[in-house]
Amino acid sequence: MAQTVGKRVLPGFGLSLGYTLVYLSLIVLIPLSAVFINAASMQWSEFWQVVSSPQVVASYRVSFLTSLLAALINSFFGLLLAWSLVRYNFFGKRLVDALIDLPFALPTAVAGITLSALYAKNGWIGSLFAPLGIKLAFTPLGILIALTFIGLPFVVRTIQPVLQELSLEFEEAAATLGASRWQAFSRVVLPALLPAMLTGFALAFARAVGEYGSVIFIAGNVPMVSEITPLLIITRLEQFDVAGATAIATVMLIVSFSLLLIINGLQHWASNRKRYLTGEDLA
Amino acid sequence: MSGMVGGIQAYQGADIYELSPATREPKWARYTILGLSLAFFAIFLLMPLLAVFVEALRKGWDVYWQAITHPDTGAAIRLTLLAAAIAIPLNLVFGVAAAWCISKFEFRGKQLLITLIDLPFSVSPVVAGLVYVLVFGAHGWFGEWLSEHNIKIIFAVPGIVLATIFVTFPFVARELIPLMQAQGTDAEEAAVSLGASGWQTFWRVTLPSIKWGLLYGVILCNARAMGEFGAVSVVSGHLRGQTTTLPLHVEILYNEYQFAAAFAVASLLALLALVTLGIKLFIEWRSA
Amino acid sequence: MSIQVKNINKRFSNFQALNDISLDFPTGKLVALLGPSGCGKTTLLRIIAGLETADSGQILLEGADASNLHVRERQIGFMFQHYALFQHMSVFENVAFGLRVKPKNERPSEAAIRQRVTELLELVQLGNLAKRYPSQLSGGQRQRIALARALAVNPRVLLLDEPFGALDAKVRKELRRWLRQLHDELHITSIFVTHDQEEALEVADEIVLMNKGQVEQVGSPLEVFRHPATPFAFNFLGTANRFDGKWARSGVLVSEDLLPLPPTQAIHTHLAEGGDVIAFARPHDLQIETNFEAAQGVRAKISRILAFGPMARVELSHATQPETYYEVDVPALSIASLNLHEGQAVRLRPSQLQVFPAG
Repeated sequence: MAQTVGKRVLPGFGLSLGYTLVYLSLIVLIPLSAVFINAASMQWSEFWQVVSSPQVVASYRVSFLTSLLAALINSFFGLLLAWSLVRYNFFGKRLVDALIDLPFALPTAVAGITLSALYAKNGWIGSLFAPLGIKLAFTPLGILIALTFIGLPFVVRTIQPVLQELSLEFEEAAATLGASRWQAFSRVVLPALLPAMLTGFALAFARAVGEYGSVIFIAGNVPMVSEITPLLIITRLEQFDVAGATAIATVMLIVSFSLLLIINGLQHWASNRKRYLTGEDLA
Repeated sequence: MSGMVGGIQAYQGADIYELSPATREPKWARYTILGLSLAFFAIFLLMPLLAVFVEALRKGWDVYWQAITHPDTGAAIRLTLLAAAIAIPLNLVFGVAAAWCISKFEFRGKQLLITLIDLPFSVSPVVAGLVYVLVFGAHGWFGEWLSEHNIKIIFAVPGIVLATIFVTFPFVARELIPLMQAQGTDAEEAAVSLGASGWQTFWRVTLPSIKWGLLYGVILCNARAMGEFGAVSVVSGHLRGQTTTLPLHVEILYNEYQFAAAFAVASLLALLALVTLGIKLFIEWRSA
Repeated sequence: MSIQVKNINKRFSNFQALNDISLDFPTGKLVALLGPSGCGKTTLLRIIAGLETADSGQILLEGADASNLHVRERQIGFMFQHYALFQHMSVFENVAFGLRVKPKNERPSEAAIRQRVTELLELVQLGNLAKRYPSQLSGGQRQRIALARALAVNPRVLLLDEPFGALDAKVRKELRRWLRQLHDELHITSIFVTHDQEEALEVADEIVLMNKGQVEQVGSPLEVFRHPATPFAFNFLGTANRFDGKWARSGVLVSEDLLPLPPTQAIHTHLAEGGDVIAFARPHDLQIETNFEAAQGVRAKISRILAFGPMARVELSHATQPETYYEVDVPALSIASLNLHEGQAVRLRPSQLQVFPAG
């Protein structure tokens, strides 16, 4: 208690905490709770019928699989990019480093129409695949491309600082013990990066599951094939089926909250590990 | 390390990994890694960025100019600026207040509060729009009361502003909280012990030390506010020239097959993204 | 296993880290590379290990040129300053690492690995910690495990980078003794880097004193401490009182005062009369002459007397240059017998004086 009092030497605790809580409740908590409250007023059978209808289940599958694949692709290339940015010097490195954040800064609608233009059968990239009979835009592959685009910075920006701060001593120790470069990487560096990689993966996945703007332009939105779950909420709303939209939104929120919990756990793990890697835990 | 100090300091960036055979990859491995990552970068980031401008100018400057000077585009720009101009100051004040109580005081449930502040990031933008429909829509909690008083929130400007506030809610707070936590309370306590009032302490001691983090948060907040699509799309009603922001205007033009015009308007947003990244670089350079 | 270093040069952009270093490290000895930070000692250690490449020169292990051998083929045990234990592996797996990464045809069987690791953990007296993770160990325990890990691959030499640098003072003292004992048991040729002269004097068989990328002196701890070869060596090892003056055959002229060379000491014939010199005397090699009117000795004023143990430390400043300080150690009893007190004007005479030409 004495410590708490000591901490409150500074003024403004009541005001700042009060304002924070009121604003948080008004803007975020109360509106979000509306989804659950409205869903709770539905009949269970009615709710279940909506969220387990074939079209909706197909959309879960599309959303889940494309998000998972995109996060996996990003984990691999994100690691390579983070590695290149930290470990090598090359021409244009500063530019590459700055543009990694482009998907954060570029509005999703712009990304959406641009990617569809690039990957359509007459686009710069789509035209390379069209002769092979591979359609990219307006198929689930298009969704995958859009989700890969928006997820990349999450992975790079979580791995990069950890790699930057990883002491060289670990790799050097492995080498003095006779490990090859690959053994040093796979047995020493990769495990040290694992929490960051998983966090980046989870962040990219979470973002991809809820993504809307960049996807709908390139998805083709064919029911049962290339419809993502957020799109179904919009379609229900356009049909004035607010209850249906709410039911689907409830499922999405539960998924989002679970992912948030997992991400928090991963970040906790990563920060504990970082304390060891930087020797802070002995101090 | 002590013996290395002089040597290491003379080196910059990635050179340090080149010094030791233990942290150096064979040439073929390095070129493979660099080649793969840069190819991925070029295809997934560089090409889309270039494509925006190429597509925008495909039909020439006249069409481009016409598209961005069209009255509907002007209206969309004004609405976008308005939404950002309301959302940013509100979230800025909130961010500072939240960071102040979280970083300068100890209280129970702090970790939970930090998680709740991050909540809007993990909610799909579509759901973010939907929640306001549930509260303020025709059949929502306040629907009847609002229509009795002839107040329109959903499918009108207030809805767009609310959705924008929601999706940009955490940006400033999330930049400031770790920054101010790392700085601790010593400086503020010193100021108070020297007789400064709360406001004086904040304006003269805290604010100068967080200004770059604050600016960074505002920049990110602004980029998202002006670029938000999903949440705004749900509450906008897409009334041309009235409730369309720039991203929604891009969608309308695109769906009407006015591709060059859509990309012309999109190029404005792409420029905004580039400016955002530029300011971010500048802030990193200044605060490094 | 002997190590020879021949004409090693190393430059970091515009900074000469090592300047033509040649050294012989005899088999089975524990050698300290001692010097201030930035003197090049760690760089030299890393070059011997193969963690860095010299610009020119050779490293010979057992007489064979190892300069082009990759670090993983040199068979050296290296202990890092912060130990670099792999934090996602248990203590057991850390120690076993070097055995597990051997090529298939050289890799010992699982049973042999288990036996070797257990032996090593017993050797470092931490057999009960095999299942722990590094983050659950104290700094001293981490150091021992790091040593066991380095020994697991039967290294030809053991290189230790500031082995006690990351520990607090109490643990440091204990581990020093332990490392010395372990070395006496194993007799593996070892080199350790330190900036702490006390540590080097206490632990090493031989000291290599380095400064600014060059070797200042090589010798046993006693030699180096008793007969410092250079002004730097004198200053770096232990406390030294420094006198700047001119050589006057019978002593050093400091301002107008003569600091007389003790009669027992050989005359420095290589010094030019009237030339600028630097003279050093240890605190216990100075005597306080209470007769201020004496003909010889540097005039000084007592500023403080610290008498806690059997020896008292007297702090003085030069009579006319108050920013020049001296320290003299005298038996505590003589404070009273000489009637020394603060503010007193006295003269200082050496019983042992080392004179070097200035510059």
